[in-house]
Amino acid sequence: MPFLPVILWSDVLIWLLLLAALASGWLSAGNPLWRSAWQRVGRSRAGMASATLLLAFAIVGLLDSLHYRPRLAADGGQRTAGQPAVYAVEVLSLLDALLTPLRTRNEKTYSEPLATRAHAKETIEVRGSDGRLQQVRDHPRLRHGGAHLGADEGRRDADVAGRVLQALGLALLAWAAVVLAVCGGVVRARGCGWRLAWRRVWRSEGEFAWNAILATLAALSLLAMPVALLAGDYHVFGTDKVGQDVLYQVLKSVRTALVIGLVTTLVMLPLSVLLGVLAGYFRGWVDDLIQYLYTTLSSIPGVLLIAAAVLMMQVLIDTHPQWFATAAERADLRLLALCFILGVTSWTGLCRLLRGETLKLRELEYIQAAQAFGVSSLRIIGRHILPNLMHIVIIALVMDFSSLVLAEAVLSYVGIGVDPTMISFGTMINNARLELAREPLVWWSLAAAFLFMFSLVLAANLFADAVRDAFDPRLAGSP
Amino acid sequence: MNAPAKSCGDELLTVRQLRVAFAQGRALLPAVDGIDLRLAAGETLALLGESGCGKSATALALLRLLPAAGRIVAGEVRFGGRDLLRLPESEMRAVRGGGMAMIFQEPATSLNPVLTVGRQMAEVLARHRSLGGTAAQATALDLLSAVGIADARRRLGEYPFQLSGGMKQRVMIAMALAGDPRLLVADEPTTALDVTIQAQILDLLRRLQVERAMGMLLITHDLGVVAQMATRIGVMYAGEIVEEAPRASFFATPRHPYTQKLFAALPGLARRGGQLQTIPGQVPSLSAMPAGCRFAARCEHAWDRCRQQSPQWRQVALDHRVRCHLEDGRLVAGGNAGGPAADGVPVAAAAAAPTLLAVDDLRVHFAIRRGVLQRTVGHVRAVDGVSLALARGRTLALVGESGCGKTTVGKAILQLLPASGGSVCLLGEQLGGGRQRAQRALRRHMQMIFQDPFASLNPRLSVGEIIAEGIRAQGGGGRATNEAAIAAVLQQVGLPAEAAIRYPHEFSGGQRQRIAIARALAVQPELVICDEPTSALDVSVQAQILNLLATLQRELGLAYLFITHNFAVVDHLAHEVAVMYLGRIVEHGGVDEVLRSPQHPYTRALLSAVPSPRLAAASEPIRLPGEIPSPAAPPTGCHFHPRCRQAGESCRQAYPPPSQLSATHVVRCHLYPSTVDADRGGVACDRAET
Repeated sequence: MPFLPVILWSDVLIWLLLLAALASGWLSAGNPLWRSAWQRVGRSRAGMASATLLLAFAIVGLLDSLHYRPRLAADGGQRTAGQPAVYAVEVLSLLDALLTPLRTRNEKTYSEPLATRAHAKETIEVRGSDGRLQQVRDHPRLRHGGAHLGADEGRRDADVAGRVLQALGLALLAWAAVVLAVCGGVVRARGCGWRLAWRRVWRSEGEFAWNAILATLAALSLLAMPVALLAGDYHVFGTDKVGQDVLYQVLKSVRTALVIGLVTTLVMLPLSVLLGVLAGYFRGWVDDLIQYLYTTLSSIPGVLLIAAAVLMMQVLIDTHPQWFATAAERADLRLLALCFILGVTSWTGLCRLLRGETLKLRELEYIQAAQAFGVSSLRIIGRHILPNLMHIVIIALVMDFSSLVLAEAVLSYVGIGVDPTMISFGTMINNARLELAREPLVWWSLAAAFLFMFSLVLAANLFADAVRDAFDPRLAGSP
Repeated sequence: MNAPAKSCGDELLTVRQLRVAFAQGRALLPAVDGIDLRLAAGETLALLGESGCGKSATALALLRLLPAAGRIVAGEVRFGGRDLLRLPESEMRAVRGGGMAMIFQEPATSLNPVLTVGRQMAEVLARHRSLGGTAAQATALDLLSAVGIADARRRLGEYPFQLSGGMKQRVMIAMALAGDPRLLVADEPTTALDVTIQAQILDLLRRLQVERAMGMLLITHDLGVVAQMATRIGVMYAGEIVEEAPRASFFATPRHPYTQKLFAALPGLARRGGQLQTIPGQVPSLSAMPAGCRFAARCEHAWDRCRQQSPQWRQVALDHRVRCHLEDGRLVAGGNAGGPAADGVPVAAAAAAPTLLAVDDLRVHFAIRRGVLQRTVGHVRAVDGVSLALARGRTLALVGESGCGKTTVGKAILQLLPASGGSVCLLGEQLGGGRQRAQRALRRHMQMIFQDPFASLNPRLSVGEIIAEGIRAQGGGGRATNEAAIAAVLQQVGLPAEAAIRYPHEFSGGQRQRIAIARALAVQPELVICDEPTSALDVSVQAQILNLLATLQRELGLAYLFITHNFAVVDHLAHEVAVMYLGRIVEHGGVDEVLRSPQHPYTRALLSAVPSPRLAAASEPIRLPGEIPSPAAPPTGCHFHPRCRQAGESCRQAYPPPSQLSATHVVRCHLYPSTVDADRGGVACDRAET
C-alpha cells in the first residue's frame, strides 16, 4: 500500500458528527414540524449565504480529517518483496496532499504577500558588473516566491494582474456552470421554460434562497480562484518566521477551529440537557443538588479551571510518551482534552436555560394530562419535555460554536490551548504578538488569521441567527 | 359606505371608512375593512364580536398604536375636529392620554412592576397636565379616591405587586383619567377579572362616565357587559360592522343573522339541557376573506346573492342599521328565543344512581417556607375540608371566584397534587397511597379537560399520538386496535379520522378542545373533571363544546365535575352546584335550589354580580366590598364575614356548621339554624358501590 491510514480520535468524532448531522437531517425531513422549520432556514437569505460559506469551511475541515502516513521509498529506489514497508513518521492529511506545493516550498523567513524578495535585509554576495563579488545588504531573492520570473522581477505586477484576470474569467465560467445546473434542475423539476426557471431562481420569492447561495458562490469563487492561481508561484499571504506559507497555515487552522467548536458541544450537550431537565422536572433535592453544582462550577474563574486542567493533562501526556506513535497523535489527544475540558466547564449556561424552560413546561396542561394518564416520568421527559426543548438546544449549539472558536484563540494565546505544533488560529495569533512589535511591521500573518477566523465566526453567527428565527416558536409565528 | 351625514356638532369621534391591514411578507391582509363609527360625548358605544374580528385593531388604530406590522390603509378619524390620521406624531402624543385614553385587558401587565403607583401617575400628570411636585401628588390622590381606592395616600407609594387584580385595574383607570380624556377606549376591561370585581369595575366606569361626560368605546365579547354598559352597539364580524343599533332595539330585536346566532348560542336556564344553537365553522382568516357577505359561509339563510355581493347598509328602525341581504320579514324571526328544552341532560334520579366519586374532608395545604433552612412557617389552605359526592351520569358544578381553590380540588382528586388530608374514593377504592400499579389502573376511570386548548396539547406530537398516549399508558392493545380506537374517539367528538395525522397547530381553538376531549375519552373514563373547558373560547364555539359534552354524557353516562366561574354554563349543564369560598364549600344543592333561591349571602352576591345578557328589570344589585382574602391568612370565624353585610357577632367567632335546608340543599351560614349531626360529612369508601 502506498500509504498507511492513520485514524485520529478527532477524525472519528468529526466523521461521526457528520453522520449524525445527516441522520438527523433525514429524520427531520420526516417530521413536518422540523421540516417546516428547516424550510424557514432555507428561505432566509442571510442564513443560506452563511451556510454556503460554512459549507466551504466544512469541506476544508473534512479534507483535513483524512490522515495517512506516506510510504517511504526504499533505499536506492529498489524494493524487495520481503522487506517490510516503511512509513514516514509524519502524518499527512488529504488536504496536505492537495496543498503539497504550499506545504513544502518554505522560505528562510518572513516575506510579504506576493513578494519576490524576503522581508528582512541580509548580507548577500552579488556579482557586480565588473565580474567581482560584492557584499551588499539587501533583501535576498526568495527561493520559491516568484521564482518562475527568473531575473525579470519587474514583470511581477503584470504577471499577477494577468493571472488575476485569467482567474476571474475562470471563476465566472465556473459560476455560470453552477447557475446553469441549478436552473436545469428547476426546469426538470417544474417543467417550466429556462427563462422562467432563471426568474424563479434569481427572485427566490418565498422559496429556497437560491439567489443568496449563488451570490455567495460568485463572491467566493471570484476571491478563491485568483488565490488558487497565484498560490502556485507566489506566497499569497506571505510567509511566517520560519518561512512557512501563511495561506497553508490558515487553511490548516480551519479544522482545529471546527473540532473545537463541534466536539466541545458534543461533550457539553448531554451534561446540560440531562442535568437541566432533571433539575427542572423533579424539583426538590435533585434541583438543589444540580443547582449547587453549577453555581459552584460557574463561580470558579473559567480560565483558571481550564489552565489547571490543561496543565495536568500536559503533564500526563509528557510522562507517557509511549502512548503515541506520532507527534500528530499526541497533539490530537491534547486537542481532544481541550475540547473535553471546555465542554465540562461550559455546560452551566445551557443547563440553567433548560432548567428554567423545563420548569415552565412541567406546569403546562399537556404534561398534567399525561400525568393524569399515569404516564411514567421518564416517558414524559422523553416524549413531552425534550422535543419541546430541542429548539433551544439547536439554537444554543449553533451560537456556542462561534464563541468556542474564539475561546480557543484566546486560550492558545495565553498558552494553555492546543499543542504548540498544531496549527490553529490561536497559535497564529500568539506568534503574531512578537511580529507586531517588529519594525517594519509583519502584519500579514495576523491579518490572514483574522480574516479567516472572522469570516468563519461571522458565518456561524449569521447562520445561528437564521436558525434561531426559524426555530423560536415566538418568532416563527406558529408553535 | 354611506355613513349618515349627521352634522351634529356634539359628536366626539367620527370614523369614516377606516381600513387597517397587517403586512405579511409583501401581502397586506385586511383586518378592519371600511368601518364607520360615531360617538357623542357621554355615550357608550360597544363594539361586540368574537376574537379575530378586528375589534382591538380598530381601537389601536384610533390611537395610532398598531403593532409594527399594522398599517392604516385608508380612512378618516375625526376627533375633536381634527383628523388624527394626519397629525404629526408629536401632536398625536398629546392626544393619547390627553384626548383619548385606553384601558387594557390585563391589569397585571399594563403597570410597570418596578415603579410605584405614584411615580407612574406622576408621569402622566406631568405630560398632560404639566403638574409636578405636591400639585401632582394631590391630583393623584384625588384620582385614586375617585376610582374608589381606599387609603389612597398609602397606595401611592406602593408597587403594583402589592395591589390585587381589581385594584390594579382601578389604578389603570385612574391613570387613564389623569389626562382628563374626553374619550375612554376600554379594551375588554373586565375580562381578566372575577365577576364580583367585574361588577365593581363596571359600576365605577359607569359612574365616572356620568360624572365626567366622557365618551366611551367599549370593546368586549360579553353580551352581559354590553347589556349593562352600552348606549349603542356595533357588532363586528370579520373586520366589518354588520349591525349597529341602540341598546333597547338591539336586545329586543337583533336583526343580523350573526347577532341572532350569538344570542342563541348563549347557555342559560331557558335552554337547560337542550342543544344550544351553534354557528358552524369559524371566523374566516384574514388571508381568505370571502368575496360577498363575510358571514355567508356560516349563515343558514344565505343565498346566492350573499356569496357574490357584499351587502349595503339598510336602515331597519330608528338608528338601527344592518348589513344583510335578507328581506325585512325574514329578519325579525329568531330573536331572543331559546332552543328546545326537551331532550335534555338526562334527569337521572339523584337518589338511585350509585356513587362514583366520594370526596371526604379533602384538604390541600401548601407549606410556606421561609429562611435559610426553609422552615415551614405557615400553610396556604387552598382546599380546607371539602366533601363531595358524585354519581354516574350526573354533573356537579364547582363554582367560585379565582383563588377559591376549585381547580386545586380537581387536581387533588386526580392525584396531580398530593392531598394533605381527607380521602378521595373512586368506585369504592381509596385513591392516593397504596400500590403504584393499582393507582395507575384507577387513573383510567377519571380524566381531565383543561382550560386552555392551546397549552393542553403537546405541539410536537400529532393528534393521533396525543390520543394514543393514554391508551398506551394504560397498557393498551396493539397498533391496529389503537388506530381503530383513535378513529372511533375522533368521530365521537365530531372530528374526521384524518385529523389523527395532523398536528395541533393546524386546528382552531374549538377543534383543539375537541381533541382534548377525545384524549380524555380514549381511556373510557367514568368521571371527567372539566376545568373551565370553555372559558378560553368564543361564545359560538363554547356552545359547540357544551353541546358535545351534553351528548357524550347522554351516550356514555359520564359524570362531570365541572369547575367554572360562568353561571350561565352552570345553569345550562349542571345537576348540582357547590359554591366555594376560600377553600370551603359554602353552599351545595341542586341547580335550581342554588341558582333560583340562593341562601348564602356570598352566593347571592355572586349571582347578582353576573351581568345578564338581556335588558333586565333593574333589581338592586348586591355589591361585595373588597376582594377575596388570602388563603394563607383566612379571616377568623366565617371566612366571608368581612365582606358580608349580614354578618353578626357569631360570624366573627366561629365557622358556621352546615345547615340542611332540604334533602339536597346544604348551606354553611350562621343565618340558618344548624342541623349538624354526627352522620353528616361525606360518604365513606366502603359504602360506595362499584
